[in-house]
Formats: sequence, C-alpha cells, structure tokens
Amino acid sequence: MTHSIVLASSAAETTRETAYWILAFASVGAALGMVLARRAVHCALLLAVVMLSLAVFYAMEGAPFLAFVQIIVYTGAVLMLFLFVLMIVGISAADSIIETIRGQRMWAALAGIAMLVLLSLVIGHAVIGPAGPSTAQFGNSNVQSLAHLIFTKYVFPFEITSALLITAAVGAMVLAHRERTGPKPTQRELAAERIASGHPTPLPGPGTYALHNAVDMPALLPDGSQSELSVSPVISGRPLPGADGEPSRQLPAGQEAGDQ
Amino acid sequence: MVSPAHFIALSVILFVIGAVGVLVRRNAIVVFMCVELMLNAANLAFVTFARMHGTLDGQIIAFFVMVVAAAEVVVGLAILTAIFRARRSASVDDANLMKY
Repeated sequence: MTHSIVLASSAAETTRETAYWILAFASVGAALGMVLARRAVHCALLLAVVMLSLAVFYAMEGAPFLAFVQIIVYTGAVLMLFLFVLMIVGISAADSIIETIRGQRMWAALAGIAMLVLLSLVIGHAVIGPAGPSTAQFGNSNVQSLAHLIFTKYVFPFEITSALLITAAVGAMVLAHRERTGPKPTQRELAAERIASGHPTPLPGPGTYALHNAVDMPALLPDGSQSELSVSPVISGRPLPGADGEPSRQLPAGQEAGDQ
Repeated sequence: MVSPAHFIALSVILFVIGAVGVLVRRNAIVVFMCVELMLNAANLAFVTFARMHGTLDGQIIAFFVMVVAAAEVVVGLAILTAIFRARRSASVDDANLMKY
C-alpha cells in the first residue's frame, strides 16, 4: 500500500518535471521569438504562447485561481486588446531594420547579458528553500483562502483598485475620443466626392470569376487578366500561391470565350 | 524534482528577455508587449515565493499586479491610438515633438 503511494507520487513528480521542462523551453523560445519577430501580429501570438505556459506554471505552483485569471484576463482580454489595436494601427506595420541610434542593439544586448548575470548571481547566492507543505489553501480551498485575505488583510488595496479601474476606463474614453474638426459631410458631398474620384462603383470583390473565392485570389477581368483592385493591399504584398505558375489562376481554356 | 529555484530562474530569463525587447524594439505596441512579458515574469516569481513560504500573500500581490497591468494596457493602448491618429505612425522614433 505505502509502496504504491510512493510509486504514484514519483510518477506525478516525473510528470511535473516533464511539463516544466517542455513549457520552460516553449515559453523562453516564444519570448525570444517575440523580441526577434518583425511583424507585430507574430509578436502578439508568441506572447499568447508565453502567457498560456505561465498559466500552467501557476497551476503547478498551487495557484489554480491565478491560472484561470491569467487565461481569462491576460490571454482573453489584454491580448485581444493588443490585436484590436494592431488592426487599427495597421496589420502591415513592421519594424524598420534601420538602427536610429548607432550601436543600440549591441548595447541593449550587452545590458541584457549584464542584467542576466547580475540576477543569476543574486538568485545563486540567495537561499531558495524547497516548496512549502502542500496545504489545502494551495489546492481545493485556494479561492476561499484568497477571498478571505482580500476582504480582511488586503481590503484597502482592493478598494483602491476600484478607483484605479474607473480612472483607467475614463482615461481610455477621453484619450480615444476624437473631436470632429470640420463639419460632418452631407450625403450630397459624399456622392460628389465619390463621382469625382473616378471610381463610383464599389471595388471588385476578390475571387470573382476566378477558380475560388479566397481573399488573396484576384478577380478576373473580361479579358482574363487579374484585377489589382480586388485584393487588399495588405494581402497583395505577399507572394501569391500561384504567382510563378501563372496558369493556376487563369480560367480554363474553354471559358475564355469573352476574350475577342 | 522541480524546485522553486527552477521557477525563479525561468522568471529571471523571461524578465531579461522582456527588458531587452523594450530596449531593442521600435514599434510602440511591441514595446508594450515586452513590458507585459516583464510583468508576467514578476508574477511568476511572486507565485513561486508564495508557494515557498506557504502563505498566499504572494498570490494576492500577483493578482493586484494583473489588475494594474490590465489598467495600464487600456490607457497605454488608448494613448497609442491617439498618437497614431495624429502622426500616422506607431514607431517610438517618430514621437519626438518635445525633443527640442
């Protein structure tokens, strides 16, 4: 009986260790990729990997409530807000490679290495004891214990938090609000502007008369050529799947009857 | 055997990567993401210390850090959209109107 319990706990320990090493490499790799990736969207998705790994770490460290808060608040809300703002600012925004300050990357890397050495020395000299006893407040009664602490010992910081959240919400509304500087254009002015632009009809949708209707598939004109207007400029900057083998996006020969 | 020292080491590594990212990146949104990474690394250290000491105070602090980080992201991203609207750029190099 005792023997089987010991075996089970060692198996659980092995699982813990395997999970730790896999997620540690995943999170460090994703964090490095976040610093190195040029496109901001890739950075956001790699940050999601780091945050989900950290949620699992919290669960391993006896903080099930924080693990779920991490997933709901960070991965769910904060990261979606990042992606939302990225869509506003422009999905195609990529960092420039040019260094504006000479030697900045080298000095930043040196500062990072120095910081890593310093912090490693600190935690190498510190006495980091083993994990404390696994009591119920790190397991089943975690939420109740946290709630008890929040509403007794930490009740004043908790109240201050509400003021902070209200201030942040009002601040975001004030900052994101845009005053209209000119008069609102009337429908007549909008129509005149549209006619004057030389393209009164809506732009052609992607995939019209083409082989399929994916967003990166240019619409075909009556003479079989591709319409550049039908694909968003963000997408058309990328290499298209059939760009070199050009017959792949032409109509089959029998359907080119309209071509005189 | 995964000891608290493992988690502290991991949080140090993540924190340093975030700090280097703040120094290196030019896109203000990515700089913000790196700040978030540093906050998350600090949270991991707090949770580990809570486990080490056998009390829940570290978890409470990590919870408050999450609240403050959420508020910070909301205001920071609102400032970023305001700057982008005025200057059509999210690069930290272009917002230098107070330089001279």
